[in-house]
Order: sequence, then structure tokens, then C-alpha cells
Amino acid sequence: MTDHRQHANVYKADFAKLGESTVTPQLLTIRRQALDRFLALGFPTTRNEEWRFTNVAPIARTPFRLAGGDGARIDDRVLNGETLDPGWPRLAFTNAHATPACSSARVRQDSLVIESLAGRLAGEPRGLPPDLTKHASFDQEAFTALNTAFLDDGAYVVIPRNLVFEDPIHLIFVSAAGGNGDATVSHPRSLIVIEPGSQATIIESYVGLADGVYLTNAVTEIIVGHDATIDHYKIVREEPRSYHIGATQIHLSRNSTVSSHTISIGGALVRNNITAVLDGEGAQCTLNGLYVTCGREHVDNHLRVEHAKPHCDSREFFKGILDDNSRGVFTGRIIVHPDAQKTDAKQTNMNLLLAEGARVDTKPQLEIFANDVKCTHGATIGQLDADAIFYLRSRGLAQETARAVLIHAFAGESVEKIRPQPLRRQLQQILLKRLPHGELLQEAV
Amino acid sequence: MLEIRNLHAGVNGREILKGVNLSVNAGELHSIMGPNGSGKSTLAQVLAGRDTYEVTEGQVIYQGRDLLEMAPDERAREGVFMAFQYPVEIPGVNTAYFLRAALNAKRKHHGLDELDAVDFLAFVKEKIKLVGMDERLLQRAINEGFSGGEKKRGEVFQMAVLEPALAIMDETDSGLDIDALKIVANGINHMRNAQSAIIIVTHYQRLLNYVVPDYVHVLIDGRIVRSGGKELAIELEEKGYVGIEGTGAATQPVTAGRGVS
Repeated sequence: MTDHRQHANVYKADFAKLGESTVTPQLLTIRRQALDRFLALGFPTTRNEEWRFTNVAPIARTPFRLAGGDGARIDDRVLNGETLDPGWPRLAFTNAHATPACSSARVRQDSLVIESLAGRLAGEPRGLPPDLTKHASFDQEAFTALNTAFLDDGAYVVIPRNLVFEDPIHLIFVSAAGGNGDATVSHPRSLIVIEPGSQATIIESYVGLADGVYLTNAVTEIIVGHDATIDHYKIVREEPRSYHIGATQIHLSRNSTVSSHTISIGGALVRNNITAVLDGEGAQCTLNGLYVTCGREHVDNHLRVEHAKPHCDSREFFKGILDDNSRGVFTGRIIVHPDAQKTDAKQTNMNLLLAEGARVDTKPQLEIFANDVKCTHGATIGQLDADAIFYLRSRGLAQETARAVLIHAFAGESVEKIRPQPLRRQLQQILLKRLPHGELLQEAV
Repeated sequence: MLEIRNLHAGVNGREILKGVNLSVNAGELHSIMGPNGSGKSTLAQVLAGRDTYEVTEGQVIYQGRDLLEMAPDERAREGVFMAFQYPVEIPGVNTAYFLRAALNAKRKHHGLDELDAVDFLAFVKEKIKLVGMDERLLQRAINEGFSGGEKKRGEVFQMAVLEPALAIMDETDSGLDIDALKIVANGINHMRNAQSAIIIVTHYQRLLNYVVPDYVHVLIDGRIVRSGGKELAIELEEKGYVGIEGTGAATQPVTAGRGVS
């Protein structure tokens, strides 16, 4: 008997309590299908090739109750800390429930939409947004199935045709365990639609409110129309005992440009499933990432890039810095369909191990069914360069400062790719605190 | 300033330096010459504190202190500088940031105020002119993408910024074309003064056409076999190292420089 079956009743009981009054029959059907699929699949085990290096048994054996939105409130301290620019549109969620008091006013003008998904589902027009659940398949993904079973709230953003939306749109997802110490789960579900010819920047911040055992099980679908551009950032900064499983599902149309950055700097176990389907000629997709781990943390970035049409480029650039006994996993699967000629795909994964006990498993997986393609991949796992340390020390930098300089330089390559300045500055400050001897650098700067 | 006494050092149990004696005083410029594999670079690295080399015997006294007891960064803050034979490329570390951190580490060590970014930039822009390099280099990563010659000039530039009391230049002339060689020589000459000393480690005599040493030492098989004035470099140029060895002039280590008896 697998663990999930032991707790299947917990999920079923919470499912039964979901409000149905404001939900369309269509959504009810999808939710039920998803719950059934989740119960049939169960939580993955390490026997599943897609989860070989990431053991979710701690999640399976914890009876997570569905988190309420009112139990934990975002206080000003958290909100102020997370606000990157007061002028940007902002949607805040507590345990995947919209928190209007901490959000900027909902935007619904002409076809531009920035609001909570629950608000959209409860309002007019009735019915589901056409793209919702269309791209993030739950057929083989237990966590996506579970998210879809509990689909209720998250961000809903539509950038209408030919609109360049300058300000980044900031989505803040705050999670917290139950007040009485119960382990809780929330399922933020977001839909971002960038219509043809438009342009936007979306930032998703996932943060913990207070130490506790909770699971954030997020799914974000991003649909990018032809000739549209999106700059997307997902920042995971969960609490030390918490879990984060997140799916980023990106669909690219003809001549669209996507750059998506996934930065993981906190959480006992973090798994980012990042899928991009290049489904139109001339699409360009860049997936960048940085993961910084310490203690016994585990971060798994699981990328799947599907070249479905010819003349598309994809770039993957993920870097990891692992300390203590932490562990990183990188899987980069690139699938080139038979007619996706002239595909140009490049994958790079670089890892810096700071301690003997740290470990990384990196695995490229190329499945190429076309003959005129360019696919390259490279992975490195190494320690700080002794020659470089000596060079810096020979100029007067203390050993720990020299190490800190090199560690930050390694991270810097990823941080520099972050375009919104306030976000970049926030991450630089977090990294200074998080990486070893960052305080020495502040002194030297 | 620097006194090396019977220095033995090696790597992985293989002895490379077999009893080096050398005395260098403030205001002097010494040149250590020798064929490949004679231990020149080992000597430079040991003085800078590279821990891949093991000192098995002997003493190095720098400004009255035991140099070998000092960490490499402490040596640097105390005024020792080595220009690397192979400067390291360090991607992601901005040159200006690095040099300011280095200079401020040294200033702090000596109880001086740290320079802020503005003052530092003004100071450093003057120094970079000395080696004829583009000041945009300051905003690039350390040595990244530099040609061999640029790296060597970069070392001289760093030396000018850090104003060491004792500079050890390890094959700084190798790989330089004649124009770059003159620029490097000009930079070195500019830094000669009564308070500091310079040791130039080189295989060839050609840099010494532009930088005139006070003393020349010949290092062969881990020992200084001959010492003399600048004319020794010229003799070496004519006879080669074999010729020098052939004279059998010094089977015993020789010391040179003032203040040694």
C-alpha cells in the first residue's frame, strides 16, 4: 500500500468541502477528473524515471490539509519586503487565496486583465477562460492533477493584442502552515495569456510567511501568441521545512519570444517542472535558472523543451551553488519532432559544489527525430578554482573574501540576466545574506 | 627588506630549490635569470605563498618578519606583490571592483581610510595610463578574454595600483612584442624608488635592455650559481647558461646585495 493511499481520504475529504456554488459544471467535471487521475497515479516514486533523483516520500506520508486563505494573513512587513516597486501592478495571494488588501486594484479595461482567477471564475463572462487547463496536462503528472482537482484561485493575466505593457506584473504567493501546527497544502493556479504582438513582464514570487510544514503545489500556464514577447521570472523562497512543487507550462506560437527565469533559494524540497512547447515557426525560448542550496535542501529543475515546428531556437542555462549536504538535480529533456527541421537547441548546466557533502545529478536527454538540427548540451560540476583563489589572495583579499567573490561571480552570471532592476537588487541582497561570507562583500563593495 | 637563507622547496617531494640565498634591499632592482626548469618560477611562487610548494628548509625574512609564516593575502597586505607568469582569468569579477577591494584591504591593514568608488576611479585611471591600456578594461572581468600581452600589462597595472614594497615579476616579459615590452619596462622604471624593491625573474636578457638591474643572479638547478652587476646579463646573452655553468664560478651559493656579509 503506497503512502498516498493512506492519505487519499484526506485529499478526498478536503475535495468534498470545496465550494461548488460559484463554479461552472465544466470546471466541476475537470476537477473530478483530475482528482480521479491523481488518486489513480498516486505520488510518484523514485522508480518513476522522471522522479529518479527526487524522493517525494516526505510529501506522500504527510497528511496535508487544504490551507485556508484567512488563517494566515500577509502582514505589512512581508508585503513591504516583497514589494519591488509600488508602481507595479501586484496580485497577492495567501495560501492561494487572493488577498485584495495587499494587491493593487484589479485591472479590467478593454481586454487587459490583471485579476485573481477566482474573481474571473465568479464573474462575467461565465465559463472558463478558454486556455485554462488546456496546456498543463495532468494525465501523467500527479502534482498537476492534484493542483487541478483543487483549482480555485491564482493569477489571471491577459495582455491583449499589440499592447506593450511596460511595468512588470508582480504575483506574490505567500504560503504558511496551519496555525495549530497542521501541515497544509495550497494549490496556486495561474493563467497568463500574452496575445499576439504584445509584450509583458511577469514576476511570480513564492515565499513563506513563517516556519512550518507546508506544501505549495503551483501550476502556471503561460500562453504566448504569435509575435508576442514575455519576460517571466519565478522566484522560489520557501521556508526551510516546506515543500514546493511547481509547474511552469509555456506554449509558444510563431515568432514569439520567451525568456523564463527560475530562481530557487529556499525550501526543504523544491521541484520545478518547466515545460516549453515551441509550436510555431521562428519561436525563441530561453530558460534560465539559478539554484542555491544549503543544509539538507533539495532542488530539482526538470526541463522539457519540445520543438514541434521548424526554425525554432531554445536555450537553457541553469547554474547551481550547493553547500553542506544539499542536493541538486537537473534534467534537460529536448524533444525535436520529425518536422522540426533547423532546430537550434543549446543546453548548459553548471554546478559549483562548496562542500564535500553536496551533490548534483545532471542529466541531458536529447530525443531528436529530425535530421537537420543543431543540439548541444554541456554540464559541469566543480569546486572553486584554487588558482583563482590564490590570485585574489595574492592581491590582498582574505581567503574567505576571495571565496565569496568567486561564489558571487558564479551566481552573478545568472543574476545579471534579470532585467527588472528592483528584482535584481532584491535577489542580490538575498544572495549576499544567503551565500557564504556575503557580509565580507558588502564591506568591500 | 628581503633575506632568503638556504631556501629549499619542492613539490610532491621533488626538491626544486636546493638552497637559495639572496638579499634584497629597498631601492634595488634584482634580476634572477636561469634556464627553463631552474626553479625561477618556484622561487617567485614560494615568495608569494602558493601552497602547492612545500618549503623543506631555510628561512625568508621580509621586513624583519618570517615571510613563510604569513598567509598569501597577509603578504600582499604587507606589500609583497607577484606579477603572475600566467595571470588567471576570473569571469564575473569586475576588475575595478576587485582592485578596489584589494587596495582597500591593504589600506585598512595599514590603518588608512578606504577609498570610495569615486576617489578610487580617479586614482586608478591615472595608473592605467602608465601601461597604455584602455580604461574600459576596468569594467571587464579580471583578465577575461585578454591577449597574452594584455594580461602581462594588466599585471604591471595592478602593481602600479597596489604600490608594493616588494614586487616579484615572474616572466613578465615572456610573450610580449617589442612595443608591449617597452611599455612594461617603462611601467617598471616608473615604479622604481628608494622605498621599494623589485625582483625580475626572467629567462631572457631582453627586458634588461630597458630596465637596468642593480644585480643579476643566475639560478641553475635550484641554486644561485653566480651573482653580479648588469654586465652579467650581457655575458649570459653572449655565452648562454651553459657557458656560465661551464665556468664553475660558483658551486657554493653566492649572496649578493648590500648588507650581507
